[in-house]
Amino acid sequence: MSNQTIGAHEGGSRLYFVVWGVLLGLTSIEVWLAYAQVFSTRGMLTILMALSLVKAALIIAYFMHLRFERATLVFSLIPAVVVIGLLAVFFPDGVRALKLAVH
Amino acid sequence: MADGATAVTMAAGVWSGGVHPYAISHKKLGMWLFILSDSLTFSALLVGYSYVRLAAKVWPTPFHFWPSVVTATIMTLVLLSSSLTMVMAVGAAKRGDRKRTTRYLLLTILFGLAFVVLHMNEWRGLIHEGMKLSSNPWGSPLFGATFFSLTGLHMTHVISGVIYLGFVASNFSRGRSTADDVEVSGLYWHFVDLVWMFIFPLVYLLSVKG
Repeated sequence: MSNQTIGAHEGGSRLYFVVWGVLLGLTSIEVWLAYAQVFSTRGMLTILMALSLVKAALIIAYFMHLRFERATLVFSLIPAVVVIGLLAVFFPDGVRALKLAVH
Repeated sequence: MADGATAVTMAAGVWSGGVHPYAISHKKLGMWLFILSDSLTFSALLVGYSYVRLAAKVWPTPFHFWPSVVTATIMTLVLLSSSLTMVMAVGAAKRGDRKRTTRYLLLTILFGLAFVVLHMNEWRGLIHEGMKLSSNPWGSPLFGATFFSLTGLHMTHVISGVIYLGFVASNFSRGRSTADDVEVSGLYWHFVDLVWMFIFPLVYLLSVKG
């Protein structure tokens, strides 16, 4: 019984090392993009945000253990994502402010 | 009919109490709710930063790849590694290994302190170059205000996290707190790491001096 638990835990810490490695890999892709400057600012923004969302999901799922919690907890946290998405409603106004600015 | 009857008995079971819909401790649920509200705070700051950048005529891009972006990359590496040592601490705490837990927590604290030192040093350099809350030599004056409030609030979280982990480590090593407490402090620490995963690309990688 105790052997089984320890075995399961060792599998667990290997999983954490893998997640850490993937996070470092994604980070190095991001840094390379900033170094090479092959994309426009808009392209960079899209790619960087996509990679960061993957990194955030990995941290939440494995380091914060949410993948192994009950689905009810996940469902209770989802509204926050919707609310954060709603903040994007301000962005078109940012461009408008630039056009209205006194030159 | 049969389905309706089952639903009624189930509802009665739920409403009569003694059920744990989340199957986690109240401390852990409390920390999740704190993280929920804190994520909204940081999102608002990040969206605010992006908004004023979008609406600015000249947005400063003062970060040279060397040394600024390389330093920020090392800071990212430090935070990610601190998350790894944190999950190791939680694992050790669950096994009841007090010595290992304390050692991993101290390692996490050291990584946190390294992050703060690197960040403070970077701030010092920027202030030395003439960057203030209300003005800077490169462009939109809002850069200083948004940069310092965003990274400043994040640094405050790291510093509070270091203090929090210090308490947890000292209590756990003396058997005064449980593995659950270590796990709850871990949730907070990983969240601080997660926020940096958005600050790093939005503030640093998109502002590299061309």
